[in-house]
Amino acid sequence: MNIRTLISFTLLLLLLGLVQIFLLKNLALFGVAFGFLYLLGILILPTSIRTVPLLIIAFLLGFALDVFYETIGMHAAAATALAFVRPLWLKATSPTGGYDEAEVPSLSEIGVGRFVSYAFPLIFLYSLVFFIADQWGTGGFLGVINKSLFSAIFTTLLVILVQLLFFKRRRGI
Amino acid sequence: MLRILQFLYRIRAFLLFVFLEVVAVWMIVSNNSPQGAAFFNSSNAVIGSVLQKQADVVQFFSLADANEALTEENAKIMSELLALQSKPDSMPIALDSALEMNFQFKGARVIANSLRFSQNYLTLNKGSKDGVKPGMGVFNSEGAVGRVKSVSENYSVAFSLLNTSLLVSSKIKSTEVFGSVQWNGADAAEAKLLYVPRHVKTQEGDSVITSGFNAVFPEGILIGIISKVEADKKDPNYLDLTVRLSADFSKLTYVYLVENTRFNELDSLYRQAELTNEY
Repeated sequence: MNIRTLISFTLLLLLLGLVQIFLLKNLALFGVAFGFLYLLGILILPTSIRTVPLLIIAFLLGFALDVFYETIGMHAAAATALAFVRPLWLKATSPTGGYDEAEVPSLSEIGVGRFVSYAFPLIFLYSLVFFIADQWGTGGFLGVINKSLFSAIFTTLLVILVQLLFFKRRRGI
Repeated sequence: MLRILQFLYRIRAFLLFVFLEVVAVWMIVSNNSPQGAAFFNSSNAVIGSVLQKQADVVQFFSLADANEALTEENAKIMSELLALQSKPDSMPIALDSALEMNFQFKGARVIANSLRFSQNYLTLNKGSKDGVKPGMGVFNSEGAVGRVKSVSENYSVAFSLLNTSLLVSSKIKSTEVFGSVQWNGADAAEAKLLYVPRHVKTQEGDSVITSGFNAVFPEGILIGIISKVEADKKDPNYLDLTVRLSADFSKLTYVYLVENTRFNELDSLYRQAELTNEY
């Protein structure tokens, strides 16, 4: 990873964070579908990144959002869970030859079908952890599943749309 | 020994994962306990100012509504004031100390609000500099809204009534039967009135107001209207009452803060009597 990709990733994370805080924070479609667009920043980090820095990045990102959402710890817990599962899931869904060292698991690199099968379960896991933490002790397991499923669908759609609209084709970012 | 260290080094990612999750869960727990100190939240100066900028832009679009509500309330208060003004032929008599005012009111603006989670909070643009203290009640012209949780110099964070950990001591206006209003985490327009015994006769349309027992709110602030009366399925001794909340949480802009100036005295009395105050 050279300095240029490092800077562009930092800018991307910052931008996604700002969009999340200013636009998506107050948005919930039909009261159940939340958009966690900032997960895009964790999802398309290069496949070569090690688990330890990945965990730390995810935790800090989640925590930064928590402070604005007034949900201290919930985004952090969910993002850390996502970051821990990501390498394992990436290995499980990788093509037979394995990923290139510098490859980025983005839409333009791996195609729509593979991207959805890579991103959707991870986003669903994230939403599940987040809403379980949110509803802890208040019962309503059906509500948790309901919110998680629709949030995961909505977030996956958002993540794909943003990549289609704003990312250049056939390049890292 | 070396083997153990090697093993630990090999599973370092997992260990870090467990550690970070433990930290996160600890933060969730300490943030959600009503008495716990908050370490980081939106009452932080930097974050508060960012949220304030956002609210400035967003609330610009609801200025007309806010103005209308303020005008209506002004009119109501003016008519009440007119009724209270003493006639020229009367003489003021000093009131008994039991009837003295012991509530003080302040105004504030909501700069951040959520209503889709189970634990919802409000951020207000007044802090300790303006005399806001933890434990003050928050309401607006429509009804009760919440209770202040923690305060920084310029901002404060309050439990919304839409927070499953907040109980508000309340009563049914017509029968004076008291209970506690608590949100059940489902619909942002409805809450439950708990601990009302089965023998109480009540019906849909009765208003629910604050009881004034818990020293957070003065007596008589509207909370909502009973919209459904059922027998409690879990505990047959109580009724299952659904209250339609009168405050519209989706467009809170201006709120009032109320402080009970006798709170400390009451609190120490309760402590002396070894009672735990319910809130």
